[in-house]
Amino acid sequence: MLVIINGVETELADTVTVANLIKQLELTGRIAVELNKQIVPRSEFESRLINKGDMIEIVHAIGGGQSTFNW
Amino acid sequence: MNNAVHKLKPGNDDLIVDNIHYRSRLLVGTGKYRSFEETQLAIEASGAEIVTLAVRRTNIGQNQNEPNLLDYISPKKYTILPNTAGCYDAEAAVRTCRLARELLDNHTLVKLEVLGDQKTLFPDIPATLAAAEILIKEGFRVMVYTNDDPIMAKRFEQMGCVAVMPLAAPIGSGLGIRNPYNIRTIVENASVPILVDAGVGTASDAAIAMELGCDGVLMNTAIAEAKNPVLMASAMKKGIEAGREAYLAGRIPRRAYASASSPIDGTFFS
Repeated sequence: MLVIINGVETELADTVTVANLIKQLELTGRIAVELNKQIVPRSEFESRLINKGDMIEIVHAIGGGQSTFNW
Repeated sequence: MNNAVHKLKPGNDDLIVDNIHYRSRLLVGTGKYRSFEETQLAIEASGAEIVTLAVRRTNIGQNQNEPNLLDYISPKKYTILPNTAGCYDAEAAVRTCRLARELLDNHTLVKLEVLGDQKTLFPDIPATLAAAEILIKEGFRVMVYTNDDPIMAKRFEQMGCVAVMPLAAPIGSGLGIRNPYNIRTIVENASVPILVDAGVGTASDAAIAMELGCDGVLMNTAIAEAKNPVLMASAMKKGIEAGREAYLAGRIPRRAYASASSPIDGTFFS
């Protein structure tokens, strides 16, 4: 099933939870997740399912002060 | 000498943002440094207690063991101020703040900036207003980046922003305080902290902002892109402190002509 992760179309084998996706992507640091523009609280990572066509944003903190570039 | 001003002593003058007291009036960004080690050393040298960071997409499938900024700039030691740098519309800014709140365990203090264009990085004021309104409603404590416009500064204060952060000059330009009269007016009108955000190039710029009565200065490029960022961080710390003390001390009025400092009575020559 096709989903969009951080703007990139990605094929996932099956419907997965957010927690499973994070594990599959081998993400270990401090992150925050948005599913279809809505925050997924960390407490819901285990229960929230990702479905076909979903848009997922996974972010982390980086150095920044004022703008220097666009995302 | 019954004036309240005379009771102030150096080092006994906190910056208060959203009911939290800070000893330092210098706020620093964490962008543009050559390494996290340098970032850490410069921030230590600056004495800053409020430190900004940005929120960006995690690189999927790339080097997941890379060190994280938050390992170097601990939220236990510093007040982390996530900012919405790079957002060009209200929705992106609001989503960034929500992600930051999640990322930082329900942290609600944010620096809002919504930009108008990439050349000037001047703020898009209608979009900033729209974003601020949503964020305040959602319980965020908003420190807002805006133009050096006294009317807008007051508007942001009245809608509930906890600090107003007028630019001194375009972000990253290092042009210094381009409109001291407006900054002064903003400060005079304000009952929330006014922090100059953007445009500072060197320590004297920081001192000038403080001499105008600003409550603090946020800077990033001026330190990070200096040839020696750690030394510049230390210089900025002193510039901020000197400017603040000069403001509190009360400068002499400007005079068009000389005014002798030695008495003219009692000279033995005539």
